[in-house]
Amino acid sequence: MDIAPDTPRATPAAAPPGDLAIWFFILAELLAFGVFFAAYAFGRAHNVALFNEMQQTLDREAGALNTVLLITASWCVARAVEAVGRSRPATGARWLLAGIACGGGFLVVKGFEYADKFSAGINLSTNTFYMFYLSLTFFHFMHVILGLVILVALWVKTRQGAYGPADMNGIESGAAYWHMVDLVWIVLFPLVYVMR
Amino acid sequence: MNTRHLNTVWVVLMLATLGTLGIGEFGARFGLAGPLAMAALLVICFVKGRLVVLDFMGLRGVKFFWRGLLLGWLLLVSALIAIAYWIALK
Repeated sequence: MDIAPDTPRATPAAAPPGDLAIWFFILAELLAFGVFFAAYAFGRAHNVALFNEMQQTLDREAGALNTVLLITASWCVARAVEAVGRSRPATGARWLLAGIACGGGFLVVKGFEYADKFSAGINLSTNTFYMFYLSLTFFHFMHVILGLVILVALWVKTRQGAYGPADMNGIESGAAYWHMVDLVWIVLFPLVYVMR
Repeated sequence: MNTRHLNTVWVVLMLATLGTLGIGEFGARFGLAGPLAMAALLVICFVKGRLVVLDFMGLRGVKFFWRGLLLGWLLLVSALIAIAYWIALK
């Protein structure tokens, strides 16, 4: 695409959206999950047969459904931020509520998965695969819960009109955290449920 | 970020998720198994992660340093997974 000579070029923003502190927190979280993912991958390299066999006992469709729910929640949150940025807090609050519903759906689906495994007598000491599966997914599960607490707080404040084009810091920071939870699951799902 | 672009990103992410599930469910029937399936899954994972970082997190218009940190994490994790998979093949 040609750019007219007198068209001003947008200069990149120096800092990401939201509070800088949340981004350092996000980077720390990503580092922790990265170590976890590497530990799983190299743990699998030493127990390929066991990991491939145990992976077949997972509910892949439930994992895919949860991917759909988390990505859709992320989309809802991005739409909420966009709406608030256009001075439409009521619309933003509705998008946040939709995001909360999708995130809640993730917890319900994962809850059924855990109930299924626990009722089959599976626990952390069943084998190396399930030690990784349970600890890795539960670590992520806890982040979804924290993310939902943040989204509920954002929803309440957005309904009160606390955010607008001139004050996006809070909603952008909370949204960034939620997207991190989504990003981590985007790696976790293929790694644990599909790759063999 | 306009709404139309966000909607398009969501559709692409949904299709990519179907692709991931499809490889897991039917890949072997169509010769997409082993290292080839692994490579396809990692590529899909990177494409999805990149869209989340750039468009949902809003880093597309931000200085490369920040995009580089998050996309670098994605690349590093993908590389480590690929290396571990390669070790498992030996």
